[in-house]
Amino acid sequence: MDFNDTPEEAKFRAEVRDWLSKNATLKSEAKNANVDRTQDQVVKRNKEWQAKKADAGYAALTWPKEWGGAGASPIHSVIYGQEESRYDVPGSIFAIGLGMCIPTVMAWGSDEHKKRFVKPAIRGEEIWCQLFSEPAGGSDVAGLRTRAEKDGDEWVINGQKVWTSGAQFCDYGILLTRTDPNVPKHKGLTMFWIDMKDPAVEVRPIRQMSGESGFNEVFFTDLRVKDSQRLGKEGDGWKVALTTLMNERLAVGGSQGNADVDDLIRLARDVDIADGPAINNGAVRERIADWYVQAQGLKFTRFRTLTALSKGETPGPESSISKIVAAKKMQDLGSFGMDLQDQGGIIRDRNVSPLEGAYTEQWFGAAGYRIAGGTDEILRNIVAERVLGLPQDVRVDKDKAFNELPKGK
Amino acid sequence: MNFDFSDDQKMLKEQVRKFLGDKSGYDVARKHLEGKDAYDAGVWKGLVDMGLTGTAIPEAYGGLGLGALELCVIAEELGRAAAPVPFSSSIYLAAEAIKLFGTEEQKQKWLPKLASGEAVGTLALGEGLKAANPRNIETAFANGKVNGLKQPVADGEAADVAVVVVNSGGSGEGAISLALVDLKGDGVTAESLRTIDPTRPHAQLAFKDAPAELMGPAGQGWSQLQRVLDGAAVLFAFEQVGGAEAALEMAKEYALERYAFGRQIGSYQAIKHKLADMYVKKELAKSNAYYGAMMLNDEGSELTEAAAASRIAGNDAYVFGAQENIQTHGGIGYTWESNCQFHYRRAKLLALTVGASAQWKEKLVSRLEAKNAA
Repeated sequence: MDFNDTPEEAKFRAEVRDWLSKNATLKSEAKNANVDRTQDQVVKRNKEWQAKKADAGYAALTWPKEWGGAGASPIHSVIYGQEESRYDVPGSIFAIGLGMCIPTVMAWGSDEHKKRFVKPAIRGEEIWCQLFSEPAGGSDVAGLRTRAEKDGDEWVINGQKVWTSGAQFCDYGILLTRTDPNVPKHKGLTMFWIDMKDPAVEVRPIRQMSGESGFNEVFFTDLRVKDSQRLGKEGDGWKVALTTLMNERLAVGGSQGNADVDDLIRLARDVDIADGPAINNGAVRERIADWYVQAQGLKFTRFRTLTALSKGETPGPESSISKIVAAKKMQDLGSFGMDLQDQGGIIRDRNVSPLEGAYTEQWFGAAGYRIAGGTDEILRNIVAERVLGLPQDVRVDKDKAFNELPKGK
Repeated sequence: MNFDFSDDQKMLKEQVRKFLGDKSGYDVARKHLEGKDAYDAGVWKGLVDMGLTGTAIPEAYGGLGLGALELCVIAEELGRAAAPVPFSSSIYLAAEAIKLFGTEEQKQKWLPKLASGEAVGTLALGEGLKAANPRNIETAFANGKVNGLKQPVADGEAADVAVVVVNSGGSGEGAISLALVDLKGDGVTAESLRTIDPTRPHAQLAFKDAPAELMGPAGQGWSQLQRVLDGAAVLFAFEQVGGAEAALEMAKEYALERYAFGRQIGSYQAIKHKLADMYVKKELAKSNAYYGAMMLNDEGSELTEAAAASRIAGNDAYVFGAQENIQTHGGIGYTWESNCQFHYRRAKLLALTVGASAQWKEKLVSRLEAKNAA
């Protein structure tokens, strides 16, 4: 039992380290690591870095060589990620495209599609977004209402998507639509790729409760797409979407916010409860212990998954617990960090609040993170049904035509 | 990255699992709920015959000379079966303590007997309702004799030898020593205690001028004890993971076979989410225990933190799993006939046996604080 690389992994890691040291700046040495940038600057910086990575062969490590990937194993991708995370490089705006959209195109698109789209996506020349969620279909994605109606060799699309990350600067998107409302909901869906720059596509930013805008609403008004833009058969959209969603947990996972247990211990030493430092308070100590144990549990669960990947095995179901635990911990730890500041926790000012306001921002952010990419509740259903083998809930909408289902507001 | 047990260790685990599955079912545990036996002789003999008691004892002392990782996989299976045997007392506590801190003579005297199952050992730490800290250890060692009262002592009646935590004079931690006492010798009386889990009997040990030998120099006992408890915490965490898995399995099977309001209760989200939470806690405990195993096996610098995290997560996973297993079963789970009680009892016993979560959280945070300040 150890954390060591195999000789082959060690060799790859050394290569990656060498390349990164020549092409990027360590976070610890970076000036301006946290400067605010305009969207154009962010996109430009991302594209430059992605092109560099692609030239060096690190941009699509696990994809087949035939389509421009490196044909390597998932552990290589993990090792690259570990090494890159030490460097001040842009947080990827390609994550959804490369993590979810292009894998779907590769699984369901024609050879022509693959030739046309895969390489430019790897190089970061074209950015992709995923258009599934709707105001009426979040956890129940298959309840979506955006209509695509056939008109000769084309389809005419009308409707609305929501929570689309990056739509404002994306070039293409994969769009799940309803093509037949007269059959049960899962059977009447069809997937297309679309040109996000089409004038019939309108992107409006969503203002989150935190005040920031990381997502968009996307409206389609008589958007015309060719039948050749279809991914999979007409009516097979749900099957196609599952390919995308299987990749979602990998694309969304990860983040636990910026403040963690070490930060909390420092904060608890700096602030007082009654007459003494908060760190001496039993309630504070208990919570620090609990979050440390959770953080370690998450870390070593990840290590178990990595071990399977390293051995070329399929990881066990243990990774399905990660977001359930991480999102709630992020929220609770943020909230508790604010509590420790007592009334000072009311203030939201990067220049005043500890850790540049990280507790407050992760408290805001976690409320969304507990929903994004599968809510806490949906993820528990997934654990119960797919890991433990419990039966699906009774589906009252299963055998009914979509247009006969009761609709709320 | 090789954060997993080896194929040989997994094979050992399967062997133990199969043996306990065949020979140590709930029907066996049930015999000991109201029985007078100190442990199940058949199961114990089987474990001894498989050589498991000697797993981590060096070959020079009659063991197999394997390591902590092998003990961990055995522990997980003992926990899964809630086996009614003194393995933890004799091996995780007594044998490990003697191996780590005993004199050469003490090792030669006791380790071969513990390895062969000829003798059973235990640790005598607590003195009733007071927390086990240096201030509260009143059992005294002087002139080669021990006097005092220890309770609850796991397997106190069955055990032949005990590592006794004693006050050897002085103050604070420096007053504490570990002493080895032959429990079948003079000056020792053992009296059975009524406890929450009769499948793992406990006793009160009264020492009256009982002959004893110190393990190593006087005054080292508290830090020696901490090392023994760290190791035991990891091994108990594996028992807890096994137990939590068994409780989840029982709950899952019942949720699949029980119908209410016209459908399987496992199709209701209230039950699904409960079982998902059991699974989440169990996996967090397992991942922490793996790191504990690695630190224990390597005698790593983070053993204390890893042991504390293993214990805190293990306590949480098994206690939660055992109680929610009963809840999933509803009324039938609360009856004497149901097997749910074995995990409910065992989970709470294990959560207390080498110190409750509050003690370990304090130990952990003190450690983290010191590191954080450094």
